[in-house]
Amino acid sequence: MTTRSEIRFVLNNRDVTLDTVSASDTLLDFLRIDRRLTGTKEGCAEGDCGACTVLVGRLQNGVLRYEPVNACIRLTASLDACHVVSVEYLSGPNGKLHPVQQAMVDHHGSQCGFCTPGFVMSLYALWMGNPEPSETEIETALQGNLCRCTGYEPIIKAAKAVTAHGSPADDALTLERAAMTAKLAQLRDGKRVEVSSGGSRCILPASVDDLAEVLLETPDATIIAGATDVGLWVTKFLRDISPVVFLSHLDELRQLDVTEDEIKIGAGVSYTDSRTAMSDDYPHLAAFWDRIAGWQIRSMGSIGGNIANGSPIGDTPPVLIALGASITLRKGGVRRTIPIEDFFIDYGKQDISKGEFLESISVPRPAKDTIHAAYKISKRRDEDISSVCAAFNVTVEGGTITAARIAFGGMAATPKRAAHAEAALVGAAWSEAALIAAAQRLGDDFSPLSDWRASSDYRLQVSKNLFRKFWLDQQSDTATNRLSA
Amino acid sequence: MNVQKSANAPIKGAVNSDLRHDSAIKHVTGRAEYCDDIAEPIGTLHAYLGLSTKAHALLRDVDLSAVRAAPGVVGVLTADDIPGVNDVSPTGRNDEPIFATEKVEFWGQPMFAVVAETRDAARRAAKLAQITYEDLPHALDPEAAQEAGMGYVTPPLTLKRGEAESAMSKAAHRIKGKLRVGGQDHMYLEGHIAFAIPGEDDDVIVHSSTQHPSEAQHMVAHVLSVPSNAVTINVRRMGGGFGGKETQMNLFCSVAAVAAKKWNRGVKIRPDRDDDMSATGKRHDFVIDYEVGFDDDGVIEAVTGDFAARCGFSSDLSGPVTDRALFHADNAYYYPNVLLNSHPMKTNTVSNTAFRGFGGPQGVIAAERIMEEIAYHRRLDSLEVRKRNFYGDNGRDVTPYHQTVEDNIAPRICQELEDSADYRARRQAILEWNAKGGTIRKGIALTPVKFGISFTATWYNQAGALLHIYSDGSVHLNHGGTEMGQGLNTKIAQIVADELQVDFDMIKITKTTTEKVPNTSATAASSGSDLNGMAARDAARQIKERLVAFAAEHWKTDADAVRFLPNAVQVGDEIMSSRDFIKQAYMARVHLSAAGFYKTPKIHWDRETGQGRPFYYYAYGAACSEVSVDTLTGEYRVERTDILHDVGKSLNPILDVGQVEGAFIQGMGWLTTEELWWDAQGQLRTHAPSTYKIPLASDRPRIFNTNLATWSENKEHTMKRSKAVGEPPFMLGISVFEALSHAVASIADYRECPRLDAPATPERVLMAVERLKG
Ligand SMILES: Cc1cc2nc3c(=O)[nH]c(=O)nc-3n(C[C@H](O)[C@H](O)[C@H](O)COP(=O)(O)OP(=O)(O)OC[C@H]3O[C@@H](n4cnc5c(N)ncnc54)[C@H](O)[C@@H]3O)c2cc1C
Ligand code: FES
Ligand code: FES
Repeated sequence: MTTRSEIRFVLNNRDVTLDTVSASDTLLDFLRIDRRLTGTKEGCAEGDCGACTVLVGRLQNGVLRYEPVNACIRLTASLDACHVVSVEYLSGPNGKLHPVQQAMVDHHGSQCGFCTPGFVMSLYALWMGNPEPSETEIETALQGNLCRCTGYEPIIKAAKAVTAHGSPADDALTLERAAMTAKLAQLRDGKRVEVSSGGSRCILPASVDDLAEVLLETPDATIIAGATDVGLWVTKFLRDISPVVFLSHLDELRQLDVTEDEIKIGAGVSYTDSRTAMSDDYPHLAAFWDRIAGWQIRSMGSIGGNIANGSPIGDTPPVLIALGASITLRKGGVRRTIPIEDFFIDYGKQDISKGEFLESISVPRPAKDTIHAAYKISKRRDEDISSVCAAFNVTVEGGTITAARIAFGGMAATPKRAAHAEAALVGAAWSEAALIAAAQRLGDDFSPLSDWRASSDYRLQVSKNLFRKFWLDQQSDTATNRLSA
Repeated sequence: MNVQKSANAPIKGAVNSDLRHDSAIKHVTGRAEYCDDIAEPIGTLHAYLGLSTKAHALLRDVDLSAVRAAPGVVGVLTADDIPGVNDVSPTGRNDEPIFATEKVEFWGQPMFAVVAETRDAARRAAKLAQITYEDLPHALDPEAAQEAGMGYVTPPLTLKRGEAESAMSKAAHRIKGKLRVGGQDHMYLEGHIAFAIPGEDDDVIVHSSTQHPSEAQHMVAHVLSVPSNAVTINVRRMGGGFGGKETQMNLFCSVAAVAAKKWNRGVKIRPDRDDDMSATGKRHDFVIDYEVGFDDDGVIEAVTGDFAARCGFSSDLSGPVTDRALFHADNAYYYPNVLLNSHPMKTNTVSNTAFRGFGGPQGVIAAERIMEEIAYHRRLDSLEVRKRNFYGDNGRDVTPYHQTVEDNIAPRICQELEDSADYRARRQAILEWNAKGGTIRKGIALTPVKFGISFTATWYNQAGALLHIYSDGSVHLNHGGTEMGQGLNTKIAQIVADELQVDFDMIKITKTTTEKVPNTSATAASSGSDLNGMAARDAARQIKERLVAFAAEHWKTDADAVRFLPNAVQVGDEIMSSRDFIKQAYMARVHLSAAGFYKTPKIHWDRETGQGRPFYYYAYGAACSEVSVDTLTGEYRVERTDILHDVGKSLNPILDVGQVEGAFIQGMGWLTTEELWWDAQGQLRTHAPSTYKIPLASDRPRIFNTNLATWSENKEHTMKRSKAVGEPPFMLGISVFEALSHAVASIADYRECPRLDAPATPERVLMAVERLKG
């Protein structure tokens, strides 16, 4: 195997080649400190404010895609063979404002202006893919951008007006698309990439097999998919994560196959990329998916990372547990498949060994007679971490509950099924009373913690109430029982 | 260019017209320069603070050897390295060390700073300190502080009018209650930052993101033990301030300046967001004990209130903040007999500070709680109770601090909003909806605000400006105010354009610097354009007077015959372009530079007696909000908000609407999702946007109508009869809080005031619902 020892990417209209990159180097520092492109701002260094939003274009199965990402937690080494677009690239060489910028100016979308470049970039990404967005689509696109000054109203107005100033067809990224695609294809030379700086090492394997090999060689490596968890270890905890092994650049791990029996999700598939497949089968998951983080994080973060991170408050594990998903782990050439719920052993402890990695997730296609729901309870509706996450999967045959898989996040040290409540349901008639009765068993299943997100009392109370909500949501008239979207 | 023609068209960017923010294009292109974007001179160092990890403890041993030995470290600063005074207390109380010495009094208190070649190196090194603490007992909130006998950080205030005690005992109905109101982090998108560049002799220049350059200048001088004339503070713009950068930047400016002088290199300090939120002050939390006596109609006879605030470990601005809470405990209502006391409690938390409204919102929300209490008790619509208690004529016009309300437009504002928002019909529909007994309950509330404008520290109500007209006719202006997004520079340029009758784009306003305008006040208390606009106009008028005198002499006419037309000047029958006119004035050696000054008239305040006229005028507004609440989870949506707000005769309506909308959302955030949460050890655990949740675009009301009361004109002689806009609309967010309460109240058929505490997180809402379910 030949290796390459430099990272190559395109920044705006310039080629960048870096031969010294440490595992903890971020794109934001590269832009602001190394290149003095100071239009991209740091507001939080943890992916939550969006002031650092840039676009990253990359080839996926040969197709060039641009997505908004948080430069503050995007690790520089992961940019190999990508096109990074920062706000400086938007207005043309003659200084003419980009349609997004013009709309923001016309509608007074900036006050202090510090959040503004980030909003411009998110709106740019939105307009490229959806030039006539609805208000809800705009809000969803802006979940990852905070503005403390404007109250957002003028920004929403601007978002609606972008297309009046120009069409994506005339945009620079569209016009140079073929050339950029060719260029990125050329940068992707199929080699393993290894770079380091001051002893801090980064490895980008050439393929999944190579990944397996790299991990056998360096079993202590930190595996990095989207870095939406790992990025914070660097920016917030100043942790030394070297050596790191990236996997999100591997197309093989970003495949999503829907077969007769299952939805098979590669470990590197992002939230964004899994939304359609999941919600086609399980329509209730569309809204749920949109409440995970913001657009930038959803573009970066992977389902695999959400699982492997092992957090008790990750949002997809309860859902996947309720759906009866399994995961495939691989070490070298050896694969094993386990039910996902068995993966979570205890707080901070998962069923994965050194040198092993998560390769794919299998979600069964919907079974007959099942009723589903998923709830996320958080202080703020969007881009917040769950206080409680609950997923229901109940089989009702002839009016009787014959099976129940109900899983919670935020209620224990791991994402966990409510065994007592499930047992109380099985055999009972499908009725409000049965659900309310089952909810009373939650105290036997969980004794949740109190923290800054929620008190123990609230967690338990709301979890119980969700059983009733689950019932009400299945009724034909939900108007008096469901908040507007 | 046809001078005649241009003289007939109005100037571009006159006052009272919509004009975009003067930096808008720079904002959207990323070319607006913030402090961290300034190019760094070679050798620039970076400082990072070492913060305590105890809420209250003696410092037994501070071992910084590992910090000093860390890679890239140039040195360490402790209290011993401060040439002057180790204190940045803004009120001279000497209670706010830059670096703690014998003990720490809150979690996150700075103990030292490490200076290194890179920010990353400094940040890593700061973590290596070995501190041996000896724990002392701590009290985190006002109630715990009262129990522990922590005392006050600053003298309390009493406001008294009439005989509250006896009126209360005679009242037909009395209610006693308690309201807990949480604090709020500013969450300016740009955090604290200062960048010092050493000069010759004692000189140092500090670029910073401060709302109060003069104070920062005085502090740095104090800390360096040099005269103020050695220190220059520059502020081009802030990425948001909201009060959080009024006094809190003093520490950062001082640390950067001390380090810059010590090592004779540029030094920048910028804390990470977590450290910014842990180490700098926030809005004061309050615990308010109130009692109200009222008659059968819900008309108030007496009010008493005790306002205990979480001030933190030092006084900072807690004196004026808690004073302002009392000044606004009446909101728009007349209290015939009243007794209000503030209790500025010392607590083992970060020292709380200014935040949009400056204590006023915490007073207003108490008044609104009282209205609610009366309404539920008398089974009245709370709007009806509000109306019955508005300030009026015939003696019902004197505030608890004995200022007469002369400009009361709250009744008209509320009436117009009630009509335009269709309040009555919607309220009825909501009652019917809730009667269906579903799990989604709705609520509606229409709440007013009356907000006093002026600094209550009377001497702050002054401003200066420096105006130059260059020989090509272009104008350069500096004033004492700072630009933090509010569009102050835009408005002031409009004022000068209007006064000089030249196009707006002839005027350039550059960074605020203590070199140009001395002894300025903080850009705070909503006073930015009131004060600095007047000072700028004064400067423009001085030059105009000289120009008129010159023209009269040069063209041998009366002064009356000299007229300033749009971009032109008429002298007798002759019309010339402004440019030509200025050129001639220059050739005739007219002094084309002037320093303007303004001080607010009429105001006075005697804190000892609790009497005076602390406010020049009041700004008013009202909001009507409708919410839906999921009573199974406590989650909610703001369905609709209608706002009618008073900015007098607006200098720039579009910018003012932006301020109103933004303030409303910020006020809503304060009372809904923004929760500060300390653990038992005293560590703030909601210290970044991951855990501290300000509103997002999707939290906006589903329908949001904002209007200005265009008929309003300031009764006082403010700039073009405008009114301040920064703070008052913040309190419009209270309508959301009250609407949530209304929805919750439906659970017990509105028999009981739900007594929701703030912020009304989904958790607090659900727990109130469960309580009412009984
Ligand atoms: C602003 C913000 C908002 C967020 N909001 C939410 C939210 O609403 N809901 C939610 O659930 N999460 C949220 N998160 C957390 C985060 O997005 C998820 O946990 C994400 O799914 C992690 O995926 P990743 O690809 O970024 O993982 P990474 O950060 O790259 O890795 C996470 C962990 O998984 C390991 N790992 C990753 N891939 C593999 C693999 N294939 N095999 C073995 N180990 C692997 C890594 O070593 C690491 O330990 C948020 C994060 C941020 C920054
Ligand atoms: S800086 Fe806040 S998201 Fe990156
Ligand atoms: S304009 Fe200031 S944060 Fe958005």
